[in-house]
Amino acid sequence: MRKDSNFFVLVGTIGLFVCINIFLMASGKLPFSFDGFGVILGAGLTLAIYSFLYKDNPAFKIAENLYVGVSLGYTIIITWFNFLKPDLYDSLIVPMFSKAATKAPQYALIFPSMLGVFMFLRFSRKLSWLSRWTFAFVVGLGAGVSIPRVISAFILEQIKPSLHPVFSGGETLFSSVNTLLIMLGVISVLIYFIFSVEHKGAIGKISKIGIWFLMISFGASFGYTVMGRLSLLIGRIQFLLRDWLGVLQ
Amino acid sequence: MNFLKRTIPLIIAFVMGVLMAMQYYVPHKLSQDLLEVVSKWDRIIAGFAVFIGAYSLLHLHWTRIKRKVEGWGYSVFVYFGAIITLLFGFLNGGKFFWNDKQDGTMFDWLYYYVQVPAGATIFSILAFFIASAAYRTFRARTNESTVLLIAAIVVMLGRVPIGNYISPYVPAIADWIMAVPNLAAKRGILLGVSLGAIATSLKIIFGIERSYLGGGD
Repeated sequence: MRKDSNFFVLVGTIGLFVCINIFLMASGKLPFSFDGFGVILGAGLTLAIYSFLYKDNPAFKIAENLYVGVSLGYTIIITWFNFLKPDLYDSLIVPMFSKAATKAPQYALIFPSMLGVFMFLRFSRKLSWLSRWTFAFVVGLGAGVSIPRVISAFILEQIKPSLHPVFSGGETLFSSVNTLLIMLGVISVLIYFIFSVEHKGAIGKISKIGIWFLMISFGASFGYTVMGRLSLLIGRIQFLLRDWLGVLQ
Repeated sequence: MNFLKRTIPLIIAFVMGVLMAMQYYVPHKLSQDLLEVVSKWDRIIAGFAVFIGAYSLLHLHWTRIKRKVEGWGYSVFVYFGAIITLLFGFLNGGKFFWNDKQDGTMFDWLYYYVQVPAGATIFSILAFFIASAAYRTFRARTNESTVLLIAAIVVMLGRVPIGNYISPYVPAIADWIMAVPNLAAKRGILLGVSLGAIATSLKIIFGIERSYLGGGD
């Protein structure tokens, strides 16, 4: 009985959605074009995903799986057009096999292509070890590239403003207090993250101050995240009311 | 054989790590060219990795369809979405995949009317769940959670007109929270994370950290 009522709710909702769209197209509020059908599809997907707020249902699952499939296809196409085509196909394959090509083939690109193919050997029991060469290349490259850049951008550049003089002339008392607070916050948070020393006595007190700074930061981040999600929600409601129903101007 | 399976990867990681770390400190054109070349190689390898991810996802859903596990019908929509997008992407508005990407094609239509609305809606749905999470989180049981609660409320109010309506100090306090205590804590976390990243990178380069090689022989 319960399953039947769910089925009727679903069919009724889809029927209502179809009727609204027929009305919108017939009244000229939505153009009878690809863009018009696109807005209907977008509105349908938006409502199907929001239906999850009522409870998990087939419309939500269809929208979710369709989104996953389209995202997969989109990622592959973008990878092809933005990376593999210009960096590999146009630079190596075309000059190798096309007589009309004006550029010489970059044979050095065979090396990263081989490493790329080695990753697929992960699926072979006998040759899966070859994929380690690729991982070693990528991981070694990433580690080497990150060390000097992390030191420069995230350590030196972050320490410099933290050690800014409290009074160097021209500042207000308020900005000097802020500078002092930032220094206190950075040091106390760093001390809180030192786990090799027991947090007792002076260390314990400073790490307690670090916790307070962290809590303020987590609260601020949470507030920011909430506002970000709400602005997305407002965007979706605007889409439904303005682009689809044409209620908002 | 162990040399090929274990030692060669460690040598590759060591050589690439040392080479790229040194590259930063050599302001020569050759050094810049090296960075450009290996970055291009890295992009190519990442491109191949995308296909492995795609294979993994499609294989998972194919298994669900083949074994007819509960809800297998929904997996058909993954294939449907992927095939349609790939078809229009490679068709490229009739110019086909060997030409540069064309604008205003059905591929772009799918992006604007499926990918963008569905993605934005899925992320916006978190606004509702975050409200229920806030109810559980924001019960001021300790001094620390009270501080978190006050910071979050002030920042939220400071970002909407009602905050200014309550008091013009609310947005100013929200800005101060973001610029001083929040900045200090974030900077402290960033410094800690950076030191950890450097230590991990050094462990990888010198072969102490080997988990990326996986198990087995």
